[in-house]
Formats: sequence, structure tokens, C-alpha cells
Amino acid sequence: MSTAAAVVLFFGVIAYAVFGGADFGAGFWDLIAGGADRGERPRALVDHSIGPVWEANHVWLIFCLVVLWTGFSVAFGSITLTLFVPLTLAALGIVLRGSSFAFRKTVFVTRQRRFYGAIFATSSVLVPYCMGAVAGAIASGHVPNGGKSGDWWSSWVNPTSILGGVLAVTVCAYLASIYLVSDAARLEQPDMVEYFRKRAIAAAVVSGLVAFAGIFVLHADAIYVFHGLTSRALPAVAVSAICGITSLVLLLRGAQRWARPFAMAAVATVVIGWGVAQWPYMLPVSLKVSDAAAPDPTLASILVVFVAAAVLILPSLGLLYYLDQHSALASEGAEMPGAGVAD
Amino acid sequence: MTPGLLAVNPVGWARSQMAFTLAFHIILVPLGVSWAFMALIANWRAIKRDDADALLVAQRWSKYMAVTFAVGAVTGTVLTFEFGLLWPTFMGRFGAAFGIPFAVEGLFFFAEAIFIAIYIYGWKRMKPWPHFWVLVPIIVSGIGGTISVVAANAWMNEPGGFTLDSAGKVTDVQPLSVFFNSAMPLQALHMVLAAYLVGGFLIASVYAVALLRGRNDRYHRLAFIIPFTVASIATPVQMIVGDTLARYVFSNEPEKFAAIELVPKTGSDVPETLLGHENSNGTVSGGIRIPGLASWLSDPASGKNTVVQGRNAFPSDDEPTISETNVVHLGWDLMVGIGTLLFLLAAWYALSWIFRRDYPRLRLFLWIASAAGVLSIVALEAGWVVTEVGRQPWIVHNYMRVAQGATTNGGVWITFLTICAIYVAVGTTLVLVLRRMSRRWPGRGGMDESDVPYGPTPVALEREPEVPVS
Repeated sequence: MSTAAAVVLFFGVIAYAVFGGADFGAGFWDLIAGGADRGERPRALVDHSIGPVWEANHVWLIFCLVVLWTGFSVAFGSITLTLFVPLTLAALGIVLRGSSFAFRKTVFVTRQRRFYGAIFATSSVLVPYCMGAVAGAIASGHVPNGGKSGDWWSSWVNPTSILGGVLAVTVCAYLASIYLVSDAARLEQPDMVEYFRKRAIAAAVVSGLVAFAGIFVLHADAIYVFHGLTSRALPAVAVSAICGITSLVLLLRGAQRWARPFAMAAVATVVIGWGVAQWPYMLPVSLKVSDAAAPDPTLASILVVFVAAAVLILPSLGLLYYLDQHSALASEGAEMPGAGVAD
Repeated sequence: MTPGLLAVNPVGWARSQMAFTLAFHIILVPLGVSWAFMALIANWRAIKRDDADALLVAQRWSKYMAVTFAVGAVTGTVLTFEFGLLWPTFMGRFGAAFGIPFAVEGLFFFAEAIFIAIYIYGWKRMKPWPHFWVLVPIIVSGIGGTISVVAANAWMNEPGGFTLDSAGKVTDVQPLSVFFNSAMPLQALHMVLAAYLVGGFLIASVYAVALLRGRNDRYHRLAFIIPFTVASIATPVQMIVGDTLARYVFSNEPEKFAAIELVPKTGSDVPETLLGHENSNGTVSGGIRIPGLASWLSDPASGKNTVVQGRNAFPSDDEPTISETNVVHLGWDLMVGIGTLLFLLAAWYALSWIFRRDYPRLRLFLWIASAAGVLSIVALEAGWVVTEVGRQPWIVHNYMRVAQGATTNGGVWITFLTICAIYVAVGTTLVLVLRRMSRRWPGRGGMDESDVPYGPTPVALEREPEVPVS
């Protein structure tokens, strides 16, 4: 049962990485899009792409936190106690990001748009960095078990955490640029396709290099996970590498339509690889998943909620995506004010 | 992290931060929960009677809903983090039970996020009736989410559905008993009604101001009447539920009740003290005393002879301190006092509606109505203070003290101050943005969905900014 709950938790982490990650990455491109003139069209595309599913994507984070604290409360207590600083920064970043994104859409004065846009974009980089650093801290065994706090600073300012943070930022940027290429293509904006295709290639190369450098970092700093990645998690690593390279080749050849699923698979398999590599530990190497797990009835209720979510939520998400991809109804004019009666 | 300057006892700061972020979030809750229902009324009227004004009301409300929901969602996310950051020991020990209602809440929250987006999208992409029905899952998720979160809070007041082993670890959880703990039904009903009451008065108060300023058109009248009617119906029901809940607290949480009614010593014929405060020597000074009323209200069957347990009936380490008691009592007086005032306002409105088919003509009515929004928020916050401070010193009643559950990080005061600054900025901006949104719509414009979070961008992405690029 604890294995099933851990799989559910990791499913949430993957979904957050693949969907929420792309949102953060879009903020990264927003950040470096340049001045108000030059950056206007890329920013408009970013706004357009993030808009519809923005909140739904970030519900995955709450999902992960709730599953972690309910299903693995012992680990949750240790993690939050030790990694207070990066988690606080991430929480503040999320407030600033969410509200400034909402506000930016509602103001029209350039100076104000720029202000909210800057907050939105900066926090879009800060949050994934902190999340990656948290993952690195856990993987490298900096979070001790047993309700004691690990070191406040070295727990997340260490080679593995920095690797995790940088990798998270670059991977988010990579995912986002590939999604943005597709969106630009759908909106028939060839110059934006080209704009983000170039950036997707750069981000893919940088992410690959960071991941490659990560092998050495993990060897020096997180030996348990390193051994896991080079043994039982090796298939996942290999699939990730193949998917990553495939998406890069497709981008280079201008076949970006097919790059998207490969990029998503590359990121998902990295996360899976991490999970498999540190199995059976929740906190390597002090707390096993089975020891961290809540009593079975609690885990069962998590699984029930998860199944209910799959049955109820997925179709409605599908409806939302469907509406997003389809244009306005022709007949709708009749019910709009101004077009009809004026009593 | 223990340099002398930063090492401050974290418990008080952790409590302050949790209290502050919750106090902020709880203002957005009624809007998130009840606004969709009011939009449903407007939308129904719009389609059924081909009412263009009602349609405009529903469309504009859907935009405001999106903005408030976005901010409510992020402040809610912060609370999720804070459970771990501020209360790691509490979560580590009780997460297996306490977390279950939140897992259920996650489901409702997910649904609400998706359907709000669908509703915004649907204005131009769905046929009127299917689009109308999208509001129903939003309303249901709002109520379901409220019930789930309050279930977790009620569990802290009356924990159940688990056993502790000798090491103090939670074993043998019964999820249904955790969720449907004994305090949950009344507390949840009380909060759902509060959401409709506060949401209604708050939205109506904005339009009451507009009506006072002479914007007496049909649009503003509709936008005032719909939420005010909803709130007016919720108010008397809330008084009955609140009264029942108070009697429930009398029977099941006597320490809290002793603080609520300001009862130092156990006895019968206990007076109802309005305002006033308890001194450290166990006497009560100030305030207005109504002889025997607290006893009578606690159990009308035995009337003035009802024995009410006083603060001396409990070990002083296990009940709220004197100053906490005074806070609880003041919170209680505020909530009940404002509730009564709002009830009278609702009754006035109802009478006027029965006889004249309109809201009262006196300007005084609109003046009070425009204050009712803020007043109802004060009542909401006060009620929340009663239940939270009244549980002190426990985080899980009789199982874990607040001080035991708190973080040991001495730097919490820094995050508290930072969060205060950020929230004040976000709150101010939210109000300004909502105001600006309403001013931008000249007269009766159509539905431009481009300026809403979650909303689609208009067909032309190369939209010109309204102000030249500087």
C-alpha cells in the first residue's frame, strides 16, 4: 500500500514538473524577452499560452503537498523543518507570481504591466530553482529523519541542490519553449515559431549539459542516488536521454510538432529516474518509504481520492483544453448585450 | 541558524504568521464560495427572461470571480506550505489523520479551478444553457471544499478516528470518523452559511455605494438586490445554526464555552455579560450583565438553573489564559452583535420587499447596507477568533499543545514580517485592480474576456496597448 501511495505522490510530482514546469518556464522567457517593444509579442504569446490552464496546473503542487503530509507525514515534518528557507522562498514566490500574473492581465498601462510582469517573471525563475534545490537536498541526504532539523543553509546550498535548482530552471525553460513553438504554430505566427524554436534548441542543449554535469556532482555528493541512477534507474535515464536527443534533432530539422511529446517524456523520465534511484528511501538513507508511510486506511483514502480525481477531473480538464483549442461559437452574438435588447 | 539576534522564541511568531495569513485568506473565501451562486441567479434570469442587464451582471461577476479566485488560490497555497513550515511537529505526528480532509478538499479545489476557467471561456464558446450549468460544479465544489477544510478544523477541536500507540504515533486511522468528527456538521454548516452571508453582504455593499452615488440604473439595482437577498435569507438561518452550535459547544467544549460567556466560576444562574473583561483574580468587571441569561440560553429546559462550568473547573494549563479568554469573549460579542444588527437589516429589507416589492427607500438603509460588507467580515473574523483562541493552548485538543507542534526555527519572525508586507501589497493591489476593472467598463460594454486571468486572449494577439509605449 505504501508503494501505491508513493507512486501516486510521484505521479503528482511528474504532472507538476511537466505542466507546472512549463508555466514557470514561460515566465523565464518572459523575463529575458527584452524591453517593452521588443518583448511585446513573445510576452503576448506567453500570456496566451499560460492563461487557460494556469490554475489547474498549479493545483498539482497542492496535490503533492497534501499527499506527502497525509501519506508520509514523518518525512513531511523533517523536510519542512530542515528546508524552511527554500520552501518559504518558494511559497512567497508563488504568491507574487500568481497575483502579479492575475494583475498584469487586468492593467493596461505599460509601466504597470512592466512592474507586474517583472515580478511575475522573476518569481517564475525563483520558484523552480527552490523546488529543484529542495529535491537536491532530499536526494543528497541532507534532510535527517526523526523530527530534527538539518542545517538551515548547507542543506540546500550544496552541489546537489544547486544542480537540482539549475536543472529545474533550464528544464522548465526547455519545456515552455517547446510548448510555445506549438502554440505559435497554431496561431500561425511563423516569426514566433522561429523565435521560440531557436530558444528551445538552446535550452535543450543547456539542459542536456547540466544533466550531464550532474552525473559527476551526484557521484561526489549523493552517492546513493548515483548508484541507483547507474543501476536500477538506468533504463529511465536512457529513455530520458534518447527522448531528449530526439526532441533536439526534431527541433533542428524544423519538425517541432513531434518534439513536444518527446520533451515531455524526457522530463517525466528524469523525475521517474530520481524516484527509482532513491527507492526504497523517502529520505536517503535514513527513512524508508514503508517506514514513513501512514497507516493503511489513510493511504487507502488517498488512493480513493486519487481515483475520484482521475474519473471526475480528467474529463473536465479535457473539456477546458477542448474549449481552449476551439474558437467562439458563431451563434453566440444573439445573447450578448448590446447586440440584443436594450430595455 | 542560531546567531543571537535571530534566535527568537518562534511559537508566538509562528502563531502570528498563521493567524495573519488565515485572516487574509478567510476574506477571500466567502467570495470564492458564494459568488458563483449569485452569478447563477443573474445568469438564469438573463437567459430565462432575456434580460440584458442581468447578463451583464453575470458576465462582470465572472471576471471579478476569476481575479479573487486567483488570489485566493495562491494565499491558500501559502497556507498549505505553512502547515509544514510552521507546524512541522504537529504535521509529522498527526498528518496521517489531519491530512485526510485536505486530500478531499484538493479534489474540490481542482474542480473549482477548472470549472471557473470553463465558465470564463464558455461565454463565447458554449451555448447559453450548457454554459449556465457550468456554474453548478463551481457552487458544489465551493461548498464541498468549505466542508472539507472545516472538517479538519473541527477535528482539531474534537479529534477522533485514530488511536495513538505507546510511542505517540498515530495508528489505526478511520478516515470517515476523522472527516465526520462530532464537531464537523454544525461547524461546517455555520461556515457555509457564513460564506453566503458575508459574500452576499460584501458584494451588495459595493453596489449600495453605487446606488448612494446616484447610479440608480437597473444594472446596479439588480447587482445589489441579488446578493443582498441571498445574504438576507442566510442571516436568520445562520442565527438558528449559530445558537445550536453555541449550545453544542456548551455541552462538548466547556473550556471554550467558559471563555465565550466569561464565566470564572462554575455555577447556575450565570449572567450574560455583554462586553466587560475578566481580571487576573477571577472577577469580571465592566460590561452589561443580564441576570441568568447565559444559563437560560445554555439550556432553556432547565432555564436559570442550568449549571455552566467556569474556568475554575479546568486545570489552568489546559484552558485559555485570562487574556485569551478576554479575546474570545470580545470576539464572541462582536460576532453576535454584528449578526444581530445584520438580522435587523435583513428583516427591514424583507418587510419592505413584502409590502413594496423594493428595497427600503430611506437613504439610511443604503448607508447601513454599504457598511454591512465590512461589518460582516469583522463578524467572520471574530467568529474564527472565537473557535481558534478558544481552543488554546491546544493545537489538537487534549493531544498536543500549540507550543509542542510549532517549528523550532528561530527565524520565523523574519518570514512573518516579510509575509505581512507582501500581503498588504497584494491586498491593496487587489482592491485597486477590482475598482479599476469596474471603472474601465463604460456604461454597458459587451463581454471582453481578454483582461481576465484564465481568460482567452482575443483573436488578434497583436492587440494595441491602450496607452502608447513609453
